[in-house]
Amino acid sequence: MAFLEVARLSKQFGGLKAVNDVSFAVEKGLVKAVIGPNGAGKTTLFNLISCALAPTSGRVRFNGNELRGKKPHQVAELGLGRTFQNIEMFAGMTALENVMVGRHIRSRSGFFASMLRMPWTRPEERQIRRKSMELLDLLGVADYADVDACSLAFGQQRAVEFARSLAMEPKLLLLDEPAAGLNIYETAEVGRLITKIRDLGITVLLVEHDMSLVMDISDEIVVLSFGETIAEGLPNEIRNDPEVIKVYLGE
Amino acid sequence: MTFELFIQYLFAGITYGSIYAIVAIGFNIIYNTTGIINFAQGEFVMLGGMISISFLAFMPLPLAILLAVIITMVAGALIEIIFIRWLEAPSVLRMIIITIGISILIREAALFIWGESVRSLPYFIGNEITTIGIFGARISPQVLWVIGSCCVMVLILNLFFRTTSVGREMRACAANRKAAILCGINTRNMVTLSFVLSAGMGAIAGCMMSPITYSQYDIGTGLAIKGFTVAILGGLGNSGGAVAAGLLLGLIEAFSVSVVPLAFQDAISISILLLILFVRPHGLFGSKEAAGLKAF
Amino acid sequence: MIMKRLLFPIALIVILVGVQLVCRWTGTLYYLTQMTMSAYYSLVVIGLCVVMGYAGQISLGHAGFFAIGGYLAAALTTRNLLAFQNTFLVKALGSAGLLASGQDIYGANTLVVTPWAACISAVVIAALIAFLIGIPVLKLKGHYLAMATLGFGIIIYRLVLASTYFGGADGISGVSSFQLLPGLTVSGESSARVQNYYIAWGLVCTGMFLLGNLINSRVGRALRAIHGSEKAAESIGVDIARYKLYSFVLSAVFAAVAGVFLTHYNGSIGPSEASVMKSIRYVAIVAVGGMSHLWGALFMSVILNFLSLRGVFGTYDDAVFGAILILIMLFAPEGILKINLGAKFRAVFSRREE
Repeated sequence: MAFLEVARLSKQFGGLKAVNDVSFAVEKGLVKAVIGPNGAGKTTLFNLISCALAPTSGRVRFNGNELRGKKPHQVAELGLGRTFQNIEMFAGMTALENVMVGRHIRSRSGFFASMLRMPWTRPEERQIRRKSMELLDLLGVADYADVDACSLAFGQQRAVEFARSLAMEPKLLLLDEPAAGLNIYETAEVGRLITKIRDLGITVLLVEHDMSLVMDISDEIVVLSFGETIAEGLPNEIRNDPEVIKVYLGE
Repeated sequence: MTFELFIQYLFAGITYGSIYAIVAIGFNIIYNTTGIINFAQGEFVMLGGMISISFLAFMPLPLAILLAVIITMVAGALIEIIFIRWLEAPSVLRMIIITIGISILIREAALFIWGESVRSLPYFIGNEITTIGIFGARISPQVLWVIGSCCVMVLILNLFFRTTSVGREMRACAANRKAAILCGINTRNMVTLSFVLSAGMGAIAGCMMSPITYSQYDIGTGLAIKGFTVAILGGLGNSGGAVAAGLLLGLIEAFSVSVVPLAFQDAISISILLLILFVRPHGLFGSKEAAGLKAF
Repeated sequence: MIMKRLLFPIALIVILVGVQLVCRWTGTLYYLTQMTMSAYYSLVVIGLCVVMGYAGQISLGHAGFFAIGGYLAAALTTRNLLAFQNTFLVKALGSAGLLASGQDIYGANTLVVTPWAACISAVVIAALIAFLIGIPVLKLKGHYLAMATLGFGIIIYRLVLASTYFGGADGISGVSSFQLLPGLTVSGESSARVQNYYIAWGLVCTGMFLLGNLINSRVGRALRAIHGSEKAAESIGVDIARYKLYSFVLSAVFAAVAGVFLTHYNGSIGPSEASVMKSIRYVAIVAVGGMSHLWGALFMSVILNFLSLRGVFGTYDDAVFGAILILIMLFAPEGILKINLGAKFRAVFSRREE
């Protein structure tokens, strides 16, 4: 059984079938890319997998767990993390604090313990802070730790977002257009990062438009068009698939 | 319940229902054009009544009403220009608080000007004991004035939005602000116009209902809440739904008089509000997708 | 960091003691009464600040929770149970030591609930109501949430206004004093003025301690994350519904405790404490002090409540708060303190090592 299994997933909005009978699988430890022209339903697919949206029909299975009916935070607790197309920084918090929130499911202190400053909360706080700083460092933005996250440059925000997702120690990471809005150098950096993440043992499913990045780092690719899968396989196969070429370039 | 009593309650329900519907439509007009819920909506109704009563000392009734409506419309425009116009992408919370603040100021100003006294316009036809027989029940002609003026307003509004170019521009603004701007529509003026319209409608309703319900400086809040309930019940932004919902609420309130002690009357509309918000926030006639709050 | 953390609390304690001493020396001890009342209102404000400023949920009905606390405490400690003394419930309460016998002003015998039992019941019931109301209400957003909380506040207001058990339009008076511990009593007697001043502010300081800790913790960050972006907070594992609910209930507890204590202090409570205007005042103060600035909210609460209670605003009390609301929202939506002090302090202290 694959690590992440999407089985006949569909989502209908009124008369529009945003995602139509999509099925594919992601093996553990691989980087798989979801590509397709705009409006193909890729972000909706991510929303369905992370349970931010409920499917009209179909199932998602992650690490043996049935995800149907779960809430997004429960999915996160299972080890599935995601980033967003429009970076969702926590406004009003510094870069470091943003990443520290990422440690939420790896820490315990609740309302009462926090209010009363129970002794066991201090070492946990220190650990959260230390790990978060490490991640910021890993992504090269440690200097901006105490800067308001929303005032950072776009590329730096992306880095913070990465750090935040990594902080939750995910088993699988959904990356929604991680290279959007980045220049060539930054995109290459993202590519290296994703490879590094894979080498850490984290499975990656990404949506991306940047073909060079996709071809470079993906182990497998699945192609969507108008909400349906039209191809799935290795990068070379996809590159030469006539259906895919038709969908991107027209007849 | 005798048939006569039934008719009495029916007309009471329709009367109050029409007023609630007008307030709700006022909410909808502003909401559709701007995405703002104008908590000060009820104050326009109050102002219409109070101002016309003050003017009555100097001029005949029709003129007093006309002037009151015009002044209230100007007030609506001023509110928009002074408080709303120059805000850039304000958060929902900010807008809520601002309009609440505005309603408080208007109410306090009314208190300052007119004190706490309860007043009313005289009945348009006859006096408080004049009645017309309808289906055997004795109904005051003022009730017909209220219902009639509300119907006329709804009809005129409908025609306005459908046939006049300004009306169409406002609808464009409501549907998609950015696109409207690109089409050369002056959206800022549309926003002001929406406030002016809502204020005017509220003022007319306030004048019509004054002989029956009396006018006082603080009637605005209660009306705003009921108007909002009706707007939500009918689906926020849906004025046809507002009419139906208004009548529904009016009738429920009227007929519950026989069952529920007077002190808990208000609790009914609020309970309905809470119920709708919990169970079906897009209202009876709204669609789920359209219920997503609009951006300013 | 330690310096910054301790600066405000120390300043607060210094100011509090200073005010009391100055009042003593200048013979103006009556100012302490308004300071005490301001303290209790501030308790509501700081709780509301956490819900509105940090968790980002509007509540236009918080006076309702204050009223639940105050009215229940008042009713339980004044309503005579003597007529029911042979019922099972009253006998059970009696044997649990929760009832007290006494005499009313006419010399007749009374059997009422002890202040401590009443206090705990009132707060627990307020928390329960907040929990039950919170579940459906907090699913709403924006205007819908505002209206729902407003509606809740109005229902409470209507309830206490219409019910004879709660004294109707006159409210409940003749509420006894509340003996917290031997030697420490909440009462309105002028001889106990200084003691009550410190009780009230002690409560506020405790509240600030608890909430301050909460904000700087994992939970506080989660709340702020919810405010920042619910989508992202959820995706990172924060249980949004639960956290919103818990912070809402927590703020209701703060409000209810304030209600209980202030009622015993004043010896009475009236429907105006549950009114919409009161709720709006709390919101106005939180907005002015800076939505997510706990100390700012406290600071503004003390100033505004004190001035209002001294009658400085006269009959235009409501108008003043309305005007404040508008001005702040138009020109300084982050609160007036956030503009000046926040940035300056952060610049000075951000270099410190942990």
